[in-house]
Amino acid sequence: MDITSPAFKSNVKRAIGDKQLQRAMGNVKVGFVKKRAAARENLPEFDQLRDQARDIKNHTLEHLDLYYEIYEKKVEATGGSVHWAATAKDARDIILEICQAHGARTVTKGKSMIAEEIALNEHLEAAGITPVETDLGEYIIQLRNEPPSHIIGPAIHLNRDQVEASFRAAHTHLPDDRSLEEVSELVDEARQVLRQKYIDADVGITGANYLVAETGTSIIVTNEGNGDLTQSLPKVHIVCTSLEKLVPTLEDVSTILRVLARSATGQEFSTYTTLSTGARRKGDPDGPEEYHVVILDNGRSDMLGTEFQDMLRCIRCGACMNHCPVYHSVGGHAYGWVYPGPMGAVLTPSLIGIDQAGHLPNASTFCGRCEAVCPMRIPLPKMMRHWREREFERHLTPRTVRTSLSLWAFLARRPALYHLAASTFIRALKLLAFGRSRLKSAPFAGGWTKYRDLPMPSGRSFQESWRAGGDE
Amino acid sequence: MSKTTSSSSQSRTQILNKLSATLARGKDKDAREKAVQSRLKRHKRNLVPERANLDADGQIALFRAQAEAVSASVAEVMNRDNVPEAITAHLRDHNLPARIRHGADEKLTQLPWDKAPTLERATGPATGDDVVSLSQAFAGVAETGTLILTSGPANPTTLNFLPENHIVVIDAADIDGAYEDAWDRIRKAHGGGKMPRTVNMISGPSRTADVEQTIQLGAHGPRSLHIIIVRNG
Repeated sequence: MDITSPAFKSNVKRAIGDKQLQRAMGNVKVGFVKKRAAARENLPEFDQLRDQARDIKNHTLEHLDLYYEIYEKKVEATGGSVHWAATAKDARDIILEICQAHGARTVTKGKSMIAEEIALNEHLEAAGITPVETDLGEYIIQLRNEPPSHIIGPAIHLNRDQVEASFRAAHTHLPDDRSLEEVSELVDEARQVLRQKYIDADVGITGANYLVAETGTSIIVTNEGNGDLTQSLPKVHIVCTSLEKLVPTLEDVSTILRVLARSATGQEFSTYTTLSTGARRKGDPDGPEEYHVVILDNGRSDMLGTEFQDMLRCIRCGACMNHCPVYHSVGGHAYGWVYPGPMGAVLTPSLIGIDQAGHLPNASTFCGRCEAVCPMRIPLPKMMRHWREREFERHLTPRTVRTSLSLWAFLARRPALYHLAASTFIRALKLLAFGRSRLKSAPFAGGWTKYRDLPMPSGRSFQESWRAGGDE
Repeated sequence: MSKTTSSSSQSRTQILNKLSATLARGKDKDAREKAVQSRLKRHKRNLVPERANLDADGQIALFRAQAEAVSASVAEVMNRDNVPEAITAHLRDHNLPARIRHGADEKLTQLPWDKAPTLERATGPATGDDVVSLSQAFAGVAETGTLILTSGPANPTTLNFLPENHIVVIDAADIDGAYEDAWDRIRKAHGGGKMPRTVNMISGPSRTADVEQTIQLGAHGPRSLHIIIVRNG
């Protein structure tokens, strides 16, 4: 997909003016937040489980090379194949080759953020293979030719009437006068349309929430059941996943599963958690005859041993964006690539470069809610600060910002001068205000006053007021 | 060797070498390997929530309550002999056709089907036309009302997803408190470190909230999930 992260600022402007989007985002602010809070309330051990989940991933990341050697042997022992992909292109080529080896014409797909990351659909289509998204949200955005706007609710930026319009435009074989007023009617229609596709598909592609070293297992967590139909009906099952998904044991994955759904949708447990190990066994009446796991690196191994290693604990629950005031205001598309919200602001620069994604770590109020709700206790604000530092070091920050920062730093290191400058500045502003309490415009503050008034200071600095007795 | 096979093998070397270079630097090789081996061998339980730390009856009651909370329906019968009648009653009450498909699991094939003379039965994996399927659960987990179904020659996975209505029989003795209990059962049945091709953890019928966060049952999998608990299974 096209990366529009460098145009973050204009994306944001468009998003804030988009009435449909703003209406849809209203659902996010309320729904997810309440449901997570209730789920947490319902499990007294929730926060302790978060600590343990963090420790499990930290241990795994520290021993990732060794666990992968074991995992790989386990997969091969159960009749599966492991494929390694250093880059997105490598992963696309591997998957295409497997599809072509089976003469695939259509492939069904369960929801996979890695498939989005490597832009798999475009690649398959270019080779004459039709990819069919089967997760309802993914199906909707595929019809609309849009990228996902949320990592667990890809169509969260849309309203019912928009979905209805897309279905009417795409499902022209159905009668024009059918009712699609209710959400249930839309869900039923998608179900009917996709049903035969599952059966006809030559290859099924899913993601993986986790890989388990102990058993060589891949796990998907879903609610719709589409991932299971995708992976159990075709002859070939391809798992499209990435390096950080591995955990040691079934016990370890149980702990992480206990925090996943509660953090994501506020469910105690998702409807379907499916563990897949190898290919169909001798005597099995169904299941795929071939099982391929494609493990994507795409920059992740470079994060190990750096200040961004903690990001590799992320389990893609979406809690950080569900609680983010910036995400609530601008939605997912403004972030310009696959991963939005706070986790995207940290991960995207690692994967596509800070030169492309420099705006994202700056799109934060540092309110800290993302870290407060992260089930894996990832210090997201701290890592956004690391990106800002790197951006500054690499001279990617605009000149005006750099100059202002240098000026501020010069003053901040000289307290006497700082106080003099601050009190002079405040008095000057006060003069400029001519007794008004707010200014509609001010020199050098056009970026602020264009959208809102500038409130006027009282005429004295905080320290001056404090010394005077603090009675103001 | 195909082009991508060789690129996969190059990627493998590149990725694993990079991991080792970063992770093993300055570390004791034996200690790292021992840490990994012992964690896999011991597969120690982490914190297990107190919620399901109950006696057998308590676990069955919790399993039932949690399954109902996620929109499954639950019936209890005393013996396996009562199962066919419980199935026909469920089908009748929900206006479903008296026709089911199940796997070759002896626990199902040997039920006294003569007690349900009007019921048509077929065996084997699901076809697109099946309306109701029947499965035998491998285990159940009380903490979230979750069924554990395992694939095998007698248990087709497609029966769990393709038909619109799914009926699952579970023996009360197979209901545990926590997920970890189910893993121990699987290790006992299949050997340590080994798994059936597919293990399905199922909590309620299929659902989606992808349109305006409105929860809608029956997305792609079954619209209904009915659980029959056999007390003296």
